[in-house]
Amino acid sequence: MAVTQDDVRHVADLARIGVDPARLEPLVAELNGILAHMDELSKVDTIAIESAALVSIPLDSTPLRSDSSGPLKMMTQKESFAASMKDGFFIVPRLATHEDATDSPP
Amino acid sequence: MTIPDFARLSATALAAKISNGSVSAVDAVDASIARAKAAGAGADSLNIYLWTDDDLARRDAQSIADGMKRAGIGGRLSGIPLAVKDNIATLGLPTTCASKILAGYVSPYEATAITRLREEGAIVVAKTNMDEFAMGSSTENSAYGPARNPLDVRRVPGGSSGGSAAAVAAGIVPLALGSETGGSVRQPAAFCGVVGVKPTYGRVSRHGLVAFASSLDQIGPIARNVDDAALATEIIAGLDANDSTSSSTKVGSYRDQYLSLASSPMPLDGVTIGVPQEYFPDVLDPGIRSLCERSIDTLKSLGAKILDVEMPNTKLAIPVYYIVAPAEASSNLARFDGVRYGARAMSSSLREMYADTRSNGFGPEVTRRILLGTYVLSAGYYDAYYKKAQAVRGLITRDFRDVFGRGIDALFTPTTPTTAFPIGAISDPYEMYLSDIFTATSNLAGVPAMSLPIGRVGGLPVGGQIIASHFCESTMFRVAYALEAALGGEAHQ
Repeated sequence: MAVTQDDVRHVADLARIGVDPARLEPLVAELNGILAHMDELSKVDTIAIESAALVSIPLDSTPLRSDSSGPLKMMTQKESFAASMKDGFFIVPRLATHEDATDSPP
Repeated sequence: MTIPDFARLSATALAAKISNGSVSAVDAVDASIARAKAAGAGADSLNIYLWTDDDLARRDAQSIADGMKRAGIGGRLSGIPLAVKDNIATLGLPTTCASKILAGYVSPYEATAITRLREEGAIVVAKTNMDEFAMGSSTENSAYGPARNPLDVRRVPGGSSGGSAAAVAAGIVPLALGSETGGSVRQPAAFCGVVGVKPTYGRVSRHGLVAFASSLDQIGPIARNVDDAALATEIIAGLDANDSTSSSTKVGSYRDQYLSLASSPMPLDGVTIGVPQEYFPDVLDPGIRSLCERSIDTLKSLGAKILDVEMPNTKLAIPVYYIVAPAEASSNLARFDGVRYGARAMSSSLREMYADTRSNGFGPEVTRRILLGTYVLSAGYYDAYYKKAQAVRGLITRDFRDVFGRGIDALFTPTTPTTAFPIGAISDPYEMYLSDIFTATSNLAGVPAMSLPIGRVGGLPVGGQIIASHFCESTMFRVAYALEAALGGEAHQ
């Protein structure tokens, strides 16, 4: 299952990462180099593996708590770390599909 | 007042001096600040500190000193300077994960592990350099440049918690926090000649640790000796309502057991230690093999029964890890989109803003792992890669269950296949991933493990790894404490 330039473009789009065209071919080579080592896993028989073996720690050690805790207590206002805010809301660029958008992005 | 032997003092020894009034918490912080300058912790030298606020640290120290004066008693770490990996949320200092995408970000809350250490009197003096978002094994993948190993500045300190391990090794702080996903505390601890601990998954709250791979991540301490590491683990361990994966399993005193046996000539009497041959491949550095054999002989002389064991799926750990961890990372790092945190690219549409922010903000290794993770989770490849890797992870976990179920109390292995390598020596991503070959297994299985110095090869430190069963940190520390005491100065020669 060799990765192609189209695959890299596709997953980059899914991951919302812009990839410089000059980096496409090196990324194809790097990902194929890494994934070649992963192919070893296909030879392992895992049919008999019990689902319990997939759990790495005893389940009874992490009991569910009641879903009642309030919002996390913050020591500073969210305005202090947000990229941009207005009237208590995070500001983002308008979607390009909103053709009537007149506000410029912050 | 100066503390002449500050760079060599353990946290417990320094805390005792502060407790008896021979030095103050402010003296300790001043000594740490002075040592950081002398050792070159900044960007122009070792590059192991990213963010500091000396005035804030001094104010915190004064507050601790005032509190001790009022109450007549302090916490178990009162006045101890603490360095913290830059992916653990702290108040007052930035938390950037050594990434441009979080440049200038200051967390509005702090990690539970930090709260617990501060409640015992520890003082955060710095945030340390690391591989960006903890993705790396050398601290070369930092947006702020590579950190250097204080024992040989041409070499890496290991990673991803390289700054924290180097700060302890350089005598700047007696205690630091790092985080583990595949060996990121133990490997740099081994490369820098200090002690590093990865607790059982769920033993320490992940609240406030910036998520990389949530089923693997754990916070762990780095210290000059086993006793300090055990104390710090004991303090940060325990259930936390803010982390649903933290465990309700009772936290005992990790120190009581080994301290009660300290005067015994056979402190490991009744302990069975397994030696998995898969961790001693033919290509293992002969010097590291020899030091491991010396340690195994020492463990035997301390009363331990040594047995060879088989863990046949060990060799599959790296392929499994480098599917599971990037898959989880691709999901966890989706939140860094330019909307709520850090930097934002100026673009004409939302989609472009996401893409531009993320491509400008993430470095090459983080980008590579996000793409890899997205690929193995994408339609058509999920079953072949991610689902298969999770099944094989089950086999690796079963290897550990099998050996611990057969009466083995702990395992002994080398921590790393090599000593610290030169900066820039490894350019192939998969070759770098192999640095974690002996450590990633414990993360995948969720068992506790630690590294302690067992000697040197060519002047460079070598780590020995002790692995125990889930929530059996007491046994792990008992073995490590006895081995450290028996090796004495030879552990650093």
